[in-house]
Amino acid sequence: MRVLVGIKRVIDYAAKIRVKPDGSGVDKANVKMSMNPFCEIAVEEAIRLKEAGVAKEVVAVSMGPQACQDTIRTALAMGADRGIHVATDVDLQPLAVAKLFETLVKKEDPRVVLLGKQAIDDDCNQTGQMLAAFLNWSQGTFASKVTFPSEEQVEVTREVDGGLETVALKLPSVITTDLRLNEPRYATLPNIMKAKKKKIEKVTPEDLGVDVAPQIEVVSVKEPEPRKGGAILESVDELVDKLKNEAGVI
Amino acid sequence: GAGAGAERRSGKELTKVGSSGGEMWSRTLLKSLRGARQSSQQSGERSLGTLCIVEAKDGAGGLDSASKATLACAQKHLPKPFVALVASDAKGASEAAAGEIASLAGVETVLHGVSDKEGANGLLAEPLSQVVAALVGKLEPTHVVTGSNTFGKNLLPRVAALLDSAPITDVVQVVDESTFVRPIYAGNALSTVKFVGKGPLLLSVRTTAFGSEALETAQGAGAEVASVGAEEVAAGAAAEALSEWVGEEKSESERPQLDAARVVVSGGRALKSKENFEMLEKLADQLGGALGASRAAVDAGMCSNDLQVGQTGKVVAPELYLAIGISGAIQHLAGMKDSKTIVAINKDPEAPIFKVADYGLVGDLFKIIPELAEKLPSQK
Repeated sequence: MRVLVGIKRVIDYAAKIRVKPDGSGVDKANVKMSMNPFCEIAVEEAIRLKEAGVAKEVVAVSMGPQACQDTIRTALAMGADRGIHVATDVDLQPLAVAKLFETLVKKEDPRVVLLGKQAIDDDCNQTGQMLAAFLNWSQGTFASKVTFPSEEQVEVTREVDGGLETVALKLPSVITTDLRLNEPRYATLPNIMKAKKKKIEKVTPEDLGVDVAPQIEVVSVKEPEPRKGGAILESVDELVDKLKNEAGVI
Repeated sequence: GAGAGAERRSGKELTKVGSSGGEMWSRTLLKSLRGARQSSQQSGERSLGTLCIVEAKDGAGGLDSASKATLACAQKHLPKPFVALVASDAKGASEAAAGEIASLAGVETVLHGVSDKEGANGLLAEPLSQVVAALVGKLEPTHVVTGSNTFGKNLLPRVAALLDSAPITDVVQVVDESTFVRPIYAGNALSTVKFVGKGPLLLSVRTTAFGSEALETAQGAGAEVASVGAEEVAAGAAAEALSEWVGEEKSESERPQLDAARVVVSGGRALKSKENFEMLEKLADQLGGALGASRAAVDAGMCSNDLQVGQTGKVVAPELYLAIGISGAIQHLAGMKDSKTIVAINKDPEAPIFKVADYGLVGDLFKIIPELAEKLPSQK
């Protein structure tokens, strides 16, 4: 079967976030960009399915400006077979991304779509669920384990508020990855070189016939109120005293 | 509204989609319904204000904190009147929750009985989203709200896509009926956003942002409690073939729920083992608190995933948060930096956690914790 994997290029998880002084957004100039960690996990899971003989082809998809191709190259270096870059400079929101994915799914006919559960920039956690709705497919969100008991089904263990929940989903399915699904591999140098020969197809939202105009406008972005600085205490006795008499919490 | 009746489709006329052969809502149909609503609004007909989606789980002993936050947001900040839909995994829990909600101010009707199925099959997003979409088509609310917990995160975007309306998730503040504040970049920035779509406006709310607002009871008689209509229930029937609940692994605990606890005792990587992590249980019990954990502790198998506090785990804001052996990575801070009082205990004086802590103790946690347990007054 074919697996489609969505990957997003985001500000690196360790980078310090700076809000622009004019409040228009987060400053991305000269900031390290990386593949969204949850997307890395999705790519890794797809590659493992290929290695296990469950998947025949893994296609990595990214949407956005030209630099997305670097992110696709990383996925190719990890083992994806080819890439698709949906090129646009419009700020894509989840609903538009899901619509673009829907058209690609109809073109590529995958059996499984793997996406990260959320992007660490907008923290939306929406795209996978929306895509599943558009396709009228089953959804397995926040997956910490994925197995294929048969050709018709996928079993997904999900991390939920109360613990773990397992669902049996009819294929085809959209699965979103959570932290503990796997530990992504590093691309080795030979694989990075091999990846340069793999194909990346470029399309635009216009080619796909999708209106990506946002339904949500960003009015302003600001930093949260900073916490007042605290104090390092000298002893447990001092801590208990402060908690009781100063903070009043015990 | 009666005026729009002629333009509404009945369940039998739904456009068939999908290979399952079942009848279900398609986006084209819902777009035409939206046209019907707009014309009914222009003719001055009243539409419903807000539809609240609430989850009632068997054995939860009443409404959970996410549900209370949803209802509080609707009551205080969103258009009235509101209708509440209770989704549940058990009839008893469903009816009990419905009764509780019916006594609240601003409620017009409480609907339940859509999903009282064995296991948690009734809470699966594939069928439930179709039912909600059908209900939206019937009631025509301007707003749809639910909690930003794993239930709401799994469900709401699917409903939103069916309605072709971009949702605003994890809201921490309502500025006005179309403008909201939500955290981005693990809470290192707050984004104020305005909905400019055709609607309805779908949103999910963060428990810690609305949970402390007390719910107002109604003056006089309570709201009507009714079963969800057969037509709406039928809308979910075909999608039931897509997924099946198989089982769950849940932690049983007498301790308070992590997202509603007054005190949280949270452990990190430095605890090194599951046995050591259990040392924190005694402390939590002394303080009448819940247990929490950093991602590293969960990854290392020291405790179950439902304890994880952070950007992609639970967001908590208790009166007192004790971060023990937790370094304070950005992703962890995202889940607890709104706590009223933060205590950090760590061997490393440079640990970032000390930057957000009100009180810090630098030292060996294996010495400090037993001493703390000894010297703390018992809260129980």
